[in-house]
Amino acid sequence: MLVSDPGLLVLEGLTKRYRTGDLALKGVSLTVPRGQVMALIGPSGAGKSTLIRCVNRLVEPTGGSVRLDGVDITGLGAGALRRARRRMGMIFQEYALVERLTVMENVLSGRLGYVSFWRSFLRRFPQSDVTEAFRLLERVGLDHMVDKRADELSGGQRQRVGIARALIQNPQLLLVDEPTASLDPKTSRQIMRLVKELCVERGLAAIINIHDVLLAQMFAERVVGLRLGEVVYDGTPDGLTGDVLTEIYGEEDWSATIRPVDEEGDAQGQAEADIEVGEHPHHRRSGPTRDEDVVSGL
Amino acid sequence: MPVVGTGLAREWRRRSVQARLVIWLGWLVGVAIFAWCWREMSGKTIWMFVLDGPEQAADLLERMVPPRWSYMDSLWRPLWDTMNIATLGTLMALIIAVPVAFCAASNTTPSRLLVRPLALFVIVSSRSINSLIWALMLVAIIGPGVFAGVIAIGLRSVGFCAKLLYEAIEEIDESQVEAVTATGAGRVQVLDYAIVPQIMPALAGIAVFRWDINIRESTVLGLVGAGGIGIQLDASIANLAWTQVSMILLAILATVLVSEWVSAKVRHAMI
Amino acid sequence: MSTAARTWRKPPLIADPRLRWGLLIGALVYLVLALASIDVNWARVLDGIPRGQRFLSGFFPPDFTTRWGAIAEGLLESVWMTVTATVVGVLISIPVGLGAARNLAPLPVYLGCRAVVALARTFPEVILAIFFVKVFGFGPFAGFLALSLATVGFYAKLLAEDIEDMDPGQAEAVRATGSSWWQWLNYAVQPQVMPRMIGLALYRLDINFRESAVVGIVGGGGIGATLLTAFDRYEYETAAAILIFIIAVVMVLEYGSSWLRRKVQ
Repeated sequence: MLVSDPGLLVLEGLTKRYRTGDLALKGVSLTVPRGQVMALIGPSGAGKSTLIRCVNRLVEPTGGSVRLDGVDITGLGAGALRRARRRMGMIFQEYALVERLTVMENVLSGRLGYVSFWRSFLRRFPQSDVTEAFRLLERVGLDHMVDKRADELSGGQRQRVGIARALIQNPQLLLVDEPTASLDPKTSRQIMRLVKELCVERGLAAIINIHDVLLAQMFAERVVGLRLGEVVYDGTPDGLTGDVLTEIYGEEDWSATIRPVDEEGDAQGQAEADIEVGEHPHHRRSGPTRDEDVVSGL
Repeated sequence: MPVVGTGLAREWRRRSVQARLVIWLGWLVGVAIFAWCWREMSGKTIWMFVLDGPEQAADLLERMVPPRWSYMDSLWRPLWDTMNIATLGTLMALIIAVPVAFCAASNTTPSRLLVRPLALFVIVSSRSINSLIWALMLVAIIGPGVFAGVIAIGLRSVGFCAKLLYEAIEEIDESQVEAVTATGAGRVQVLDYAIVPQIMPALAGIAVFRWDINIRESTVLGLVGAGGIGIQLDASIANLAWTQVSMILLAILATVLVSEWVSAKVRHAMI
Repeated sequence: MSTAARTWRKPPLIADPRLRWGLLIGALVYLVLALASIDVNWARVLDGIPRGQRFLSGFFPPDFTTRWGAIAEGLLESVWMTVTATVVGVLISIPVGLGAARNLAPLPVYLGCRAVVALARTFPEVILAIFFVKVFGFGPFAGFLALSLATVGFYAKLLAEDIEDMDPGQAEAVRATGSSWWQWLNYAVQPQVMPRMIGLALYRLDINFRESAVVGIVGGGGIGATLLTAFDRYEYETAAAILIFIIAVVMVLEYGSSWLRRKVQ
């Protein structure tokens, strides 16, 4: 890492105490360089969701600082915060699409921080935004469903709309919260690959909260392990040994989870074998998804 | 379900002794209140008139049939007014109820301490006072006519619509709101893109539901001079024109049935 | 696949343009006609503004004392009417509601009970009150009858619907034990419908109190009569006091009934 570039996102002593008294983050310090895809793993309640929500202040941090490109997010007023949020795209666990709006409206809602209220109210977005929306929908393989309502889509399709919504913001950083928790194993991989490819294409940094350790190893260049609001691991995916996982999640037989060191990147081969290794099966609420269409060739 | 008693013969009772005592006491108090109310009320009643009632009723019924069918010709206009009172009143109520509901819902209110209690008070006051009493006040203030009726129906319906709507707002999916907020959207844009689409179906349902009730209520507003078919009813009763009264009642019956049918159809179409 | 200048417009709610414009124009025409048929006498409305101000200022402060006797009497009458009408109405509703449930009653009984319900539901309380006043004379008894009848229309219908919606499995199981009809009612039907029906009875108590203010206007006794007198005499301070009382009682009833419902269920 260059000394002159402090990194795109710098968290220093980030702390969050909820009104109930729960201390969700205990002084987390992290630096995410430009273009780095980082996975954030840890058991439920470790503070993963709180951490990424503190970055764009959907959750108001109680202490510490968040710097995006040198600007301290924590001190911004309402207007400046909105401008800062434009530069951070967010992708959600249950997709969080506005279900009664069309696919196109959902994608264009990513431009809300850029256009005036009246333009957005009349759904008259600038042609450049509409062109970009079509381009992105084509990129995620959904340009034939522009005027479908979001609640008519399958899980994988919805998540792709969610990705397009985040990307149309033209962000520098993606905040990704459990993108695969409601998807079946195959779709999970497709979605993760898509996110990874898009980050590489556009030089985006990303923080990806994820339960599935294997997916994290497959698609991230760096893994951070969080436990009870503290960073307990920060390193390469290969460094996730049984001991490390025990440190993060607690005692368990990890032998089936750890990826052999020599296997790299594309894990297509072992795709179906390792699907249920996630430590928290109750988070895989994926019912049968209708998502059979292939995204390959993206 | 406690099991009382010891030894061989275990006795079973549905409730414990205390629970039974409380229930019996509750019944006792309830019956005492009812008895008191009944005694006081019958003390205020002239029983001679009541005993005479059945005879009066038979007499009245006899004078009401057959209905004066030709009177229907002069009922079309009042029926049109009645419908307008209900429809315009519902529209007015919705226009006021939407902002009130947003102020009353705990997740959209601008201020929990100041605005929300005020909005809740508006809702309770509007709901407590019957549309006929609103009409009574409005006729005294702005004079008789359809206008007073529309406003009376509107004011009564504000509370009803706002209550149901703010409950719907409080039940929306917050993650959609979060997602739109995360894009950097302003407050009003979040309202437009994340909240309004979620409550639209509820709003439409509430509107039709209240319109149906308002048709019923606007048939009687004329009794206090606030327009609609109630004016003819009042006049016919005052003139002891009982065949006209029965005609009017039939017209009201038909209107209510039609409105019930229409609202059922519309609600069905929306779901 | 060129996306060079693909434009996008929000798809309209109704796809068929003829239907869409037809509905829109129809609604506009109706609105214009309806608004035109309200002839507002603006001079009279302007006249009313000072009166409206006087009425509003009647709330600051309201006058509880001058007509206290009449207010107290009216309120008590309303309470008597409300309580007796709710109790009697619910008691009558039980057999009527049982009879109006298709899964309980034979067809002739069902039709008869449904007719009673429909008749009781169609006309607003006020119209019922007018007739009861004509037949039984002025006073709370007429109001009591009107409210009781309206309660039957409301309560018996909901009871019947509740029974029709009950779980047939439970009903079958109890019947299979060889229970008599009454035992079956007590063990299979009652536990299923009871909690909701208690809640609805309390809700009806609330409605009956509000309606009791209205039946007084046509001579059915209660606080409505006091209110009407106050308006007729232009005693706005007293009217304001009465309205505040009504709002307060309704609020107490609402909170009380929701508390009681939580206790019971």
